[in-house]
Amino acid sequence: MTAIGVIAFNTFRESLRDKILYNLLLFAGLLIGLSVMLADLTITEHHKMIADMGLGAINLIGVVIAIFVGISLVNKEIERRTVYTIMARPISRASFILGKYTGLTLTLFINIMIMMAIFLLTVWFYRMPMTISLFQAVQLIFVELMVVTAIALFFSTFSSSTLSAILTLGFYVIGHLTVDLKGLAGKSESEAVKAVATCVYYAFPNLEMLNIKGQAAVGIPVGFDYLMLATLYGLVYAAVIIMGACLVFVRRDF
Amino acid sequence: MNDIVIEKLSKAYPSGWPGRPSFVALSGLSLTVGRGEIFGFLGPNGAGKTTTLKILLGLVRATSGTAILLGKPAGDVETRRRVGFLPESPYFYDYLTAEEFLGFYGQLAGLDRAGIAPRITTLLELVGLVEARTRQLRKFSKGMLQRIGLAQALIHDPQLVILDEPMTGLDPVGRKQVRDLILGLRDRGKTVFFSTHILPDVEMICDRVGIVMKGRLLASGRVEDLVDQEHTQSVEIVCHEINVENSSVIRTNAARVIQQGRQCLIVLPNTELLDETVAEIRRRGGRLVSVTPHKASLEDLFFQEEARMRETPAELLTERV
Repeated sequence: MTAIGVIAFNTFRESLRDKILYNLLLFAGLLIGLSVMLADLTITEHHKMIADMGLGAINLIGVVIAIFVGISLVNKEIERRTVYTIMARPISRASFILGKYTGLTLTLFINIMIMMAIFLLTVWFYRMPMTISLFQAVQLIFVELMVVTAIALFFSTFSSSTLSAILTLGFYVIGHLTVDLKGLAGKSESEAVKAVATCVYYAFPNLEMLNIKGQAAVGIPVGFDYLMLATLYGLVYAAVIIMGACLVFVRRDF
Repeated sequence: MNDIVIEKLSKAYPSGWPGRPSFVALSGLSLTVGRGEIFGFLGPNGAGKTTTLKILLGLVRATSGTAILLGKPAGDVETRRRVGFLPESPYFYDYLTAEEFLGFYGQLAGLDRAGIAPRITTLLELVGLVEARTRQLRKFSKGMLQRIGLAQALIHDPQLVILDEPMTGLDPVGRKQVRDLILGLRDRGKTVFFSTHILPDVEMICDRVGIVMKGRLLASGRVEDLVDQEHTQSVEIVCHEINVENSSVIRTNAARVIQQGRQCLIVLPNTELLDETVAEIRRRGGRLVSVTPHKASLEDLFFQEEARMRETPAELLTERV
């Protein structure tokens, strides 16, 4: 196994032995279950309510894991000094970062799969149509989580867990508002506002591009081209952020 | 052949605030450690020991100077295949069992699965943790963690072993085990470079020592050379059936006399007075029980160097070899 693989496997193993993860999964199960109860209270659109809440729960729990595990991925290793013995081994610092990222991504993938299985069981139980749009939405949720994980990991290489959490959360929120910012840039008459809004638009991830939950809940799929473009966008953005994390980590003293 | 060559190594940590001076952890430190040698790196807390070790392992970058490990610049990734390291007060992944933990570090060192299993068994036996092999590290005592830390440093059978305060947290039995382990490494031709402030351990096992204070190397060399060079030996005489109260010769020669009944302890400041004192004891009918020459200890040298550092301006401090 390569050094990246060894670090990734260990990161995955660490999350498997963390009870918080199981609690979050239980919470996701409860949320999806709650969607059924709420759907029963509505007069119409039972299916939309179940799909909305199911996809929302997968997204919410995924983001919680990505941020709160991601922010401590590197920072915790430095604070607890476990990084000393690892960096004293014949592995590059970039391999360490890539290993940590791969490990958490694998953890997220397994979690998404479990949550999706619970969600699909609910869909099947209520004889709802199992449309392709549901799978597309989950695919893009996973891509969004890869982006959020990369951002959390990036901040984790140079700041404390609390600050990393705040910054990552900030990126996540702004990432869902960038389309509005672009609109603001277009409408504003001030050159300064235009410039700032345009900068923010390009610097922050456009996470709304990865959010198709609304139309997926009513069974409308996106085109294959859009799905691939959005996926590629997310992966490239995450890759650039991870490269930034490697650059910071390579330069720092422990 | 030297496994470690350090030349004029300096490290200044920026304060993080503009205008505030940076903290100088190392200042022009130079030393060498030969192959198969046990080198004790001594100094009080904050002297620069850990910073030196971190630079050697590539965890910290030097501000200036060079550090060569096994013929390659410090920080070279491939060289670390032949280096083992135990940090001070180590914290490890406590969710791993002892077996998984050693397997993880073995894999990181590039060992294949087939080679790791027998090494794990050998090392667990070596550090006396065979019965804890399936126990998670979170259930380990401090001493056990120190021993499993040593095992991880040795999992890939490195040529050079760097240990930061390896005796910390160990009881006397544990300290003896670590001393024996270090001596065993030297017997197998390995080089051991370790930092400590537990001086008796160093005196017992080190071939050479270096004393570092405030980032400067104040003395380095073989323990007996450093200690003999500057300190006069004292001699302790124990005798029976004698009262030295009215012996002017003994009272003049002795630095200290303790008389308890018919038994007497006489401490002489040097060996030159020994013959005359023993003759006086015999002349007075005393029975000689023991004559023990006392070398000045490393501890004496350590405190002497500390005083020299306090009294001498930094720019005038020179290394004593």
